[in-house]
Amino acid sequence: MGVMDQVELPKPVRYVFNWGRKFSLWCFNFGLACCAIEFIAASTSRHDFIRLGVIPFAHGPRQADLLVVSGTLTDKMAPAVKRLYEEMPEPKYVISFGSCANCGGPYWDSYSVTKGVDQVIPVDVYVPGCPPRPEALLDGIITLQHMIQHESLPDRIAGRRQDAVTLGADAPLTLEGR
Amino acid sequence: MSDLSTREKIHPGTAPGEDIALEIVGDGDFATTDMTLSIGPAHPATHGVFRIVLELNGERITAARPVIGYMHRGFEKLAEYRDFRQIKALVNRHDWLSGFSNELGVALVVEKMLEMEVPDRAQWIRMLIAEWNRVLNHLMFVGSFALELGAITPMFYAFRERDEIQYLLEAATGGRLHFTYNQVGGLKLDLPKGFLAESVRLSKLTQERLPDYFDLVLGNEIFQARTVGVGPLPPEVALSFGVTGPTLQAAGVPEDSRVTEPYLKYDEVDVPVHLGENGDSFDRFACLLYRIQYSLHIIDQIHDHLPAGPVNTKLPKMVKAPEGAAYQRIENPLGQLGYWLESDGGRTPWRLKMRTPSFSNVQSIPYLLEGMLVPDAISVLGSVFFVVGDIDR
Ligand code: SF4
Repeated sequence: MGVMDQVELPKPVRYVFNWGRKFSLWCFNFGLACCAIEFIAASTSRHDFIRLGVIPFAHGPRQADLLVVSGTLTDKMAPAVKRLYEEMPEPKYVISFGSCANCGGPYWDSYSVTKGVDQVIPVDVYVPGCPPRPEALLDGIITLQHMIQHESLPDRIAGRRQDAVTLGADAPLTLEGR
Repeated sequence: MSDLSTREKIHPGTAPGEDIALEIVGDGDFATTDMTLSIGPAHPATHGVFRIVLELNGERITAARPVIGYMHRGFEKLAEYRDFRQIKALVNRHDWLSGFSNELGVALVVEKMLEMEVPDRAQWIRMLIAEWNRVLNHLMFVGSFALELGAITPMFYAFRERDEIQYLLEAATGGRLHFTYNQVGGLKLDLPKGFLAESVRLSKLTQERLPDYFDLVLGNEIFQARTVGVGPLPPEVALSFGVTGPTLQAAGVPEDSRVTEPYLKYDEVDVPVHLGENGDSFDRFACLLYRIQYSLHIIDQIHDHLPAGPVNTKLPKMVKAPEGAAYQRIENPLGQLGYWLESDGGRTPWRLKMRTPSFSNVQSIPYLLEGMLVPDAISVLGSVFFVVGDIDR
């Protein structure tokens, strides 16, 4: 973000700047399981989150502002999510969609499921449900937009640097390793 | 068993009506090195987290190796820690597009072990919801397969229908994907008031709209160019891999558990099965569309038959299956689903073994992809219908 994360913008400018950002969230859907179907349902005509300015056509993580992790994250998959997240440019936001992504969901006692994506990447908004209704995703998006409207970018990025997620610091995280 | 060495060499690079085969040509000095291309685990064309490693010689695939396990959630082990009534809330999630059929399989196998009689009405309602679930599942694949080949519109059409059907099923079950409507010995609740009228209306509406899909997708020249003759699966190879469902029916094998080994009341309704001729991507897709049509045909018959009566039986406080084992197979939307349940007389199953259709279907992918061009691989991957959770369990 260059100078944006150093300098606090004057309030009116920040308002317009954040207003612009919150309504142009290019979204990368990391569809893992059942919840991905409800994510697709939320993107089609009836629920249509494009009217909220969330555009699900990011070509890849490098073009995305918002990552929606929908579905069960397994230990084997975790490094891929981590890498995907790191490929996204700042400022980036994560919505965890569904119980599995929040905490492991019905597989809370499974040997192969990661108990929540927040063990691997930081999450901004949690949407509960198994699967959550598409309306719940819309609500999650509006909550996120509310957050974006009121945040200060330098603060966010400074906060980010402080509590970087350290999974894999002691053991190497590779795609093949698990 | 088939003889894999005698398979015909196919040239999927040709459009229908043409017989120019795309060959990699080069003069004597021209040499290409093999390239390894890993598609997935996060790639849109593999819907879900399926990973496939391709060995490429130029544009042509010399070998394909699916890498599975990214969605392994340990259903079989977890089922040993849930009691007989709870496992259905777990297993309806392995094939997330056919939640009802999955839980139906478990309910049936537990009832088989308990030698329980299920009321007639419950059986008919189970059939009704299972067929609606099949329509839901197939619509999803109609949309996603077309999307992978570059057509966005069918997805929106499919979801228009899907949304209405989901609202209908939600009225009865409370769920949109995972219904958890079955119960050992019957159903959770009876159908709500007005459900049947809505179901009749929706069945009629969907049947009216179905020709759109036939015209829009099957009749589309680009679609035909990308699917006709691509990835033919001969019946004996399909059988040797254990492929079932629409993928097998497309190869011309009339295998459908609803017909060959009827469960519930399928022997009292007419269950047509559409068979393909060549087993190529086009046939596989056509089978899917016909299965929607025939499911709606079955739904119409169920509307006429639905008897009155209770929908569940009284269960003891604790359901304990006697020592022993049982196997039940049912026709899941994607193929044959089987549950092998073993009990040692305790509160929880001793072992649950699943035979899932997607797992067997993807076994045929290395065979199908060999010798194929990369763009055709998308057409094959999309038309060997699988759900990743159903592969990895
Ligand atoms: S939260 Fe439920 S619906 Fe979503 S991925 Fe997990 S099991 Fe599937």
